[in-house]
Amino acid sequence: MMRLLNSGPARNLRRQIASSRRDFLGSAVRLTLGSTLLGPCGLARAAVFTKRRKIVVITFGGGARDQETFAPEGQINIPHLLRELLPQSTFFTQVVNRGILGHYVATASLATGVYETINNFASLPPEHPTVFEYFRKDLKRPASDAWVVAPSNGFNRIGESDHRSYGRGFGAQVILPKHLLTAALASEHTDYSHLLRDNYETPFYAPELGGNEFELEQLENILKLSVDDFKAHARTLSSPDELSVYIVRQLMQQEAPSLLWVTMHDIDIAHAGAYSLYVEGIRRTDRLCAEVWNLIQSEPEYAGKTTLFILPDFGRDSDEDAGGNGFQHHRTGDSLSRTTWMMALGAGVREGVVIDHLVDSTDLVPTLGAMLSFSPSLAQGKPIPELA
Amino acid sequence: MLPRDLKPEHFTKYPPEARKLITDHLETLRVLPLTYVANLLREAIEYDFRFPVERRELEKELANAGALTPEQKREWFQGFAAIALSAELEKTDWPDRPARFVEQLSAFLWTTHQLDAFRKAALDYADRLSRALPPEPPPVPRLGIAVIGQGVTAYEDPLFYKLRAHGAYFSRVNPDGGLELLLNAIGKRAQDHPIPYRHWYIDGGSAGEHAPELTCVSYQGLATVREALLHRMRPQIDQPGMGPEALRTFLAQVTPEELGLRTGDPILDRFQVKLFTEGSGTQIFSTTFVQWAAREALRRAQPCTMLVRFTPRQRQKPMNELLSEKQDQAELDPVGSLIDADLGAYYNWINQQRLSGEEHSSFLAWFENHSQAVVIGPTIPRGTESRSETNLAQLVAWTG
Repeated sequence: MMRLLNSGPARNLRRQIASSRRDFLGSAVRLTLGSTLLGPCGLARAAVFTKRRKIVVITFGGGARDQETFAPEGQINIPHLLRELLPQSTFFTQVVNRGILGHYVATASLATGVYETINNFASLPPEHPTVFEYFRKDLKRPASDAWVVAPSNGFNRIGESDHRSYGRGFGAQVILPKHLLTAALASEHTDYSHLLRDNYETPFYAPELGGNEFELEQLENILKLSVDDFKAHARTLSSPDELSVYIVRQLMQQEAPSLLWVTMHDIDIAHAGAYSLYVEGIRRTDRLCAEVWNLIQSEPEYAGKTTLFILPDFGRDSDEDAGGNGFQHHRTGDSLSRTTWMMALGAGVREGVVIDHLVDSTDLVPTLGAMLSFSPSLAQGKPIPELA
Repeated sequence: MLPRDLKPEHFTKYPPEARKLITDHLETLRVLPLTYVANLLREAIEYDFRFPVERRELEKELANAGALTPEQKREWFQGFAAIALSAELEKTDWPDRPARFVEQLSAFLWTTHQLDAFRKAALDYADRLSRALPPEPPPVPRLGIAVIGQGVTAYEDPLFYKLRAHGAYFSRVNPDGGLELLLNAIGKRAQDHPIPYRHWYIDGGSAGEHAPELTCVSYQGLATVREALLHRMRPQIDQPGMGPEALRTFLAQVTPEELGLRTGDPILDRFQVKLFTEGSGTQIFSTTFVQWAAREALRRAQPCTMLVRFTPRQRQKPMNELLSEKQDQAELDPVGSLIDADLGAYYNWINQQRLSGEEHSSFLAWFENHSQAVVIGPTIPRGTESRSETNLAQLVAWTG
């Protein structure tokens, strides 16, 4: 313990970076925005009627640091976010996650607005109502109006909590594309069980499934995809997140849900310790975020009435923390691994605005509540004033 | 059970030297908080297999705790004492399985939002301890060497981006006989200062010819150990209800003997097995193995000399290839490995600079068989670049 944490000079450096980094990030982003920066009085998109409004949330996961994304040295990895989406966004430079830094539990916290404490590696529902439950119950929306697409099989219970006032029947439908693919390939003789072992933190472990996951036969009924077409298309894709975006496209075209939550996960390959693969994951996720945005613009059901949120679930350990191993993990709980960014763009969001004040991870759900007019009564966070 | 209840019989399963160390300091441990004691026991239970410098540090830490007055003890350990534990945790067999307890404690601290308080307690304690017991200075100024990029014929992007700011970048280095020269240089240091486990050579492939005084670890040399470990893990993974925590507990109990590792050096054998059982990705990628091995060797053995050579790791196949029915043999990814190694070299330098005598330490990173290198040292101007012709012998000489 002592040896892990004993590094005075390194700690001082970390503190310095922690205190100055937000200013640095804000400056870097403002510099990038340049003449497109319109400030708080800038052009606002036309107000959108709540009833027609749609929300898409993408978690830029799992876990990316500023220095590989929006900090100057990382901007090379996110050309799409930087050049295409940022000028259209309200960008928050300081989003802090004070909860447990495990991907499932952190995403569950984002989705409930409460720092969940469930076992990150167990197949358990969140303890507090999810945004999907508030949305569906308060606004009396059908099950088809709230969906989650998550590449990691451990996320199969994210759609609804076990809270007694909400829970079963009020949640989102969950699609696990990799699980779906494994099921689609089940008739083939090759062993594809490695596809299920997708938790990079524990690469040899595959969680048992349970809950309201999407079944294979629904491929055809809901997504209008034959198993053969699905398999054939999957064979052209390079990663699970690409498969997720393919499913997102089908979902938007066939179901057009008003609340769609997409959890990216390719970046978490970082746990294997190969920096080039981590950066490659960030570049792919950057491209896929732009694809989803373009899809939103091109789909009549979404164009002009959709707000897109993109945010990492959290960061990763800093190079300077002796207790960690740099980008590889998110175990130290240091301020750099807890602090990240968020961009919001589309309907009702001002363009080219950079917000430096602190936003809490749990503020997302109350903000969505304010935008869509539902009451996340048990959420701990507060609506973000610039968006609500 | 709390520390005050500790008795010698709680440590009968400890290896002999660890048992003696703990029972000699039982009085001290009985009055300290559980969160501290369990963490200390996690280190102490491995005492028989620790490197010499680790042993000395542990002995000094225990002696220091014993010498504190009751008032000083309160002051030093108040942060740990303030951590509220559950009765469930206290009831565990923590003296017998301290590593398991620390794992449970970690989960508990996250869940109860006490992680930050624990971090602060640990950092405050570490600061006090390093003031009271300054770390040993190295017997000779440290020298770290990273050799990266084996197998890459051409690479246009800038290398050593993060290291350059701390030293001098050379773009016209004669690469002839470079690896041999570097291995000879570290071999000579080991012969001139023959202290066990203070001079290391870590290779991501097969080890090159080197002086016997060097402590050598190579990825290829451990291929059968890796395979044996994966073979043992598979049935565990397939067991119903097996989760990550249970898997980690299983891995922590794997011994070198069970994996057929018997080099006659139990300390090094244990170290090497831990690289696979505690490291993440070390079982799959040689670049990760090398970086983690260097990190652990620096943290634990505190070497005076270390040469680390990154070699190409296997290529990560994209999903479409994984789905193709025809699975080809593993291919290598030299360019991706170069990018991994470039950052790995930077991490090696950071980890070296965490050790004592950092103001006198030097570091050299070289793109194998190419003309680019960076040198960092007390006499090397920072952020400079040289386009003059030079060679590796000259660069090594400049490290002092």
